[in-house]
Amino acid sequence: MIDHLIVLLVVAPILGSAVPTLASLRYDRVGWSVATVTTLVHAAFAGVLTWTVWTDGVVRYAVGGFAAPYGIELVADGLTVLLVALISAVSLGVLAYARRAGPHANSFYAQFLLLVAGLSGMTVTGDVFNLYVFLEITGLAAYGLVASGREARSAVAALKYLIIGTIGASLYLLGVGYALAATGTLNMADLSVKLADVGYDSTLVLTAFGLIMAGLAVKVALFPLHTWQPDAYTDSPDSVSAFIAALVSTVSAYALARILFSVFTVDFLRAVPAARAALVAVACVSIIAGSVLAVAQADVQRMLAYSSVSQFGLVIAGFAVATPLAVAGATVHLVGHAVMKGGLFAASGIIERETGATTVGGYAGMGGRTPLAAGTFTLLALAMVGVPPAVGFVGKWYIVLGAVNAGLWPVVAVLLVSTLLTLAYFARLGERLYFAEPTIRSEPAAAADGGEAVSTAMIATVVVAAVLAVALTAAVPVVDALLDRTVFEVIAG
Amino acid sequence: MTLELLTTHYNYYAVVVLLGIGLYTIIESPNLVKKVIGMNVFQTGIFLFFITLAFRADAAPPVISDGAGPYVSPLPHVLILTAIVVGVSLTAVALALVVRVYAEYGTLDEETLEGLYHD
Repeated sequence: MIDHLIVLLVVAPILGSAVPTLASLRYDRVGWSVATVTTLVHAAFAGVLTWTVWTDGVVRYAVGGFAAPYGIELVADGLTVLLVALISAVSLGVLAYARRAGPHANSFYAQFLLLVAGLSGMTVTGDVFNLYVFLEITGLAAYGLVASGREARSAVAALKYLIIGTIGASLYLLGVGYALAATGTLNMADLSVKLADVGYDSTLVLTAFGLIMAGLAVKVALFPLHTWQPDAYTDSPDSVSAFIAALVSTVSAYALARILFSVFTVDFLRAVPAARAALVAVACVSIIAGSVLAVAQADVQRMLAYSSVSQFGLVIAGFAVATPLAVAGATVHLVGHAVMKGGLFAASGIIERETGATTVGGYAGMGGRTPLAAGTFTLLALAMVGVPPAVGFVGKWYIVLGAVNAGLWPVVAVLLVSTLLTLAYFARLGERLYFAEPTIRSEPAAAADGGEAVSTAMIATVVVAAVLAVALTAAVPVVDALLDRTVFEVIAG
Repeated sequence: MTLELLTTHYNYYAVVVLLGIGLYTIIESPNLVKKVIGMNVFQTGIFLFFITLAFRADAAPPVISDGAGPYVSPLPHVLILTAIVVGVSLTAVALALVVRVYAEYGTLDEETLEGLYHD
């Protein structure tokens, strides 16, 4: 049982996802219970796996007993278990939120569990083609979840997401094809050795790198490949916005880092400075463009979506700088951003239910009408800007220090400007919330409808997210220690 | 030289053409169904690329028998079998979404849809 722990992380939610669909034949609303039980089991597996990696180091598992590099290998190192724990925690938070907020259909929870399975699979796999399959499972579940909104425009958003997401995954697959042509293997550890043998200046290897990074950049939603993301986040139900904003891009960014460090390795970045420069450049453009677009938005959820474009630029910049400090910072910000952005989307959902406000103008004076939700929203926004002691500060600080160590001064400048820009779009909201006259006079009719009311669990979810946004700072040494237990190395100093 | 490349590498030219047509259709066609078709053509280009990778001159099918080797690589065939399944699922979900969009808005034209959106 313990030996098979790592594969059970994927198998449990897949099996669980079949249950609500079958149960629909007789029972209407069992989805939530099934999803909660399955996610709790997933969390228990994640906990034990984290403990195993913490005490014994890297865990490797050959699926079906076929030894690597011929079979599919699953690998759990320090970075993996961090992400697995994040997936479990966010899933439980979203379930607590969705209990009242909905959607309530069984099919929604089947897709929810499928997404958990896909994300877990992307995190634990040690095989590049297996990663493609899980990337598509994650994608399919996410498209379905986005389309689960009651309004028709959620279907349009999902279709847009599907088409652009498929191009991204296909580019990744094409890149895997080039890597396969160069080396004849798909196992990540084996690839890292054989790619070095082929030579980093080989056209095949360089093309593979370009295509894989471009494909994953679509999934991460880096500018200018982000066009699917604002619609998908805004037009889906609140529970889904919180869930995919917290996890889907996060795990894609993890996959990008995994490919960068475990497959191409830092030796590749050293040998091909242009590749590193290109990644850093795309990340920096994403930081600036995302922030500027966020400032320009009137709709709060669209603003949060563009903010993600900018924050993921920050994370990818940290990984591309590739010094120990920058990678630690990028990891902290990856996890911290997931908690903060998930919390922000959940809080914006509560504010909408209680006051009907969805735009920056509509938020005027709402600080008094929904004090708890507005308070946590403001707290999370400040954490995102990077006010100490919040986790948003530590991540950015490490990335900046790492960039200084590497002597990448343009990156340092962009990072500092980006903090100001983040402040620009969040401070505007804070000012509206607390220092402006309300523009929405009456209580919305929606609040009278029992189905739309806000539950204690929904409030508790955002409060926990806000507390974590500050408390995670204390866990940064744990992240550092986990990063010592990885299968890859970063550029020293 | 050019002629030799053309006659020996025509598979790769087909891959490039398919990828180009697919991507162009996705970007340029305003019709949602045609975008889905473009997506399929794009993926087919990738499938062909993988299958071409497996080819080896004068090789036998990958069924082990006495003195038959060398064999073509069976690995890309298996990968593409998986990728085809993924592609079919994606097409199914895409078409289901297209049906819902058409039922709600009565149009498949992206530009008309954008117009309905921003009023």
